[in-house]
Amino acid sequence: MRDTDFFRRWMAAAAAAVEREADRLTELDSPIGDADHGSNLLRGFTAVRAALEAEPPATPAAVLGLAGRTLISTVGGASGPLYGTLLRRTGKELGDAAEVSDEDVRKALDAGVTAVAALGGAAAGDKTMLDALLPGVAALGTSYRAAAEAAEAGAAATVPMLARKGRASYLGERSIGHQDPGATSSALLLAALAEAAG
Amino acid sequence: MRMLINSPETVVADALRGIAAAHPDLEVDVERRIVVRRGAREGGRVGLVSGGGSGHEPLHAGFVGPGMLSAACPGEVFTSPVPDQMLRAAAAVDSGQGVLFVVKNYTGDVLNFQMAAEFAEEDGIRIEQVLVNDDVAVTDSLYTAGRRGTGATLFVEKIAGAAAEAGAPLDEVAEIARRVNAASRSFGVALSACTTPAKGSPTFDLPDGELELGIGIHGEPGRERRPVMPSREIARTAVGAVVEELEQIAPQDGPVLALVNGMGATPLLELYGFTADVCAVLAERGVQVARTLVGNYVTSLDMAGCSVTLCRADEELLRLWDAPVRTAALRWGA
Repeated sequence: MRDTDFFRRWMAAAAAAVEREADRLTELDSPIGDADHGSNLLRGFTAVRAALEAEPPATPAAVLGLAGRTLISTVGGASGPLYGTLLRRTGKELGDAAEVSDEDVRKALDAGVTAVAALGGAAAGDKTMLDALLPGVAALGTSYRAAAEAAEAGAAATVPMLARKGRASYLGERSIGHQDPGATSSALLLAALAEAAG
Repeated sequence: MRMLINSPETVVADALRGIAAAHPDLEVDVERRIVVRRGAREGGRVGLVSGGGSGHEPLHAGFVGPGMLSAACPGEVFTSPVPDQMLRAAAAVDSGQGVLFVVKNYTGDVLNFQMAAEFAEEDGIRIEQVLVNDDVAVTDSLYTAGRRGTGATLFVEKIAGAAAEAGAPLDEVAEIARRVNAASRSFGVALSACTTPAKGSPTFDLPDGELELGIGIHGEPGRERRPVMPSREIARTAVGAVVEELEQIAPQDGPVLALVNGMGATPLLELYGFTADVCAVLAERGVQVARTLVGNYVTSLDMAGCSVTLCRADEELLRLWDAPVRTAALRWGA
């Protein structure tokens, strides 16, 4: 079973990963975006870390709810509402249990990713976060490690894709040949989950 | 890259403190990042709130004041503001007549304004939204995020602001705003990329001797690269792209409002020369220009280049365009 501390560790690992990889995310966002994905997520996850320390939530759902609200209030851009919605919706699915099973986590994340797809209107293959999240969540039934690896492979697979959503879509054919920064940060989020699971 | 800043992290807050210092008729909340027209709630008018990433100054804070916006919400550089800002701005300007959000069509802006609209309505504030999407360089299709909002934002904010100032109700202000957007199209050209404070180097490589056609206002590259052309050729390309679309959507005759906009680093000397070329091309094509505005209004940091926005304007829109306005960046008749 996974307790509240597991979800706090997940968010802490995500914050550490974003801090470590911020420059790379911004670099990836430069040719097909506006060169700020790393700095925006860093601002958001720094705020998440501070919020979770200031007022440690009592349940897994409360951890993800607070993290999601904090991202919406601090990140801006498309990433703020999309990542905020991912965590809020995932948290909401977990109910008010003090401990949840891995199957609960899988189902909740699946609902969270569905909410992201609905909000952003994107589908698999559009060169977005979903290209890492969808294969990642699909592999959660195997293990957290498998999910992280599938998400990483999904992010790498965005390189030859033509962007159809967000700012990269303005480039048309010129978006081909670059890895999507949103898919890359989504892979980091699932790698952080695997790290929390140990 | 040398910049006139203290640190990349504080550029937006520093600029807001400067706006507060220079314009005492604005209420600037540096901490919460909103700029509000003083006394916005008095007079029983509809509120007009816009916002977007910083780096496009004077858009939007420079357009706050009588006859234009009630409040502006600046985000981080090239990053949409967060819903908390729009929610606070709506609460600060709502006189009970409701608030119109003017939203440029970028995924981030759309999502954050949408969340803010939902929160505001839960708080009992009536919200209407108008989406500005005038940039013809992006094909409006299922395969893109749709046309970007660029220069027409100024037309929408000015004209809808005049309608609100005159006491029009929310649905009418929203309808006029949508009409202005529907009648407007833009096209932008970059002679250099821009440099964001956070990155410190140009957002794309543009070799000497080349220019980029169909750029947006966030340092994103355009659709096509060409060898550098003289101003009159650039005018022909930009005006041609805009007029062809305008003819499709607004086949009726009638004059246009023209905005010849600098992207930030192009001198006014060049911009006025370009304006002469734009007007010459419009005359050749038989388009009558009713009003022309020239300057750096919807910018992209230190990008060199220009954009042309045309709005097919009937008498009502022209009257609202001519109505008094008193903001930091646009003021006449008041």
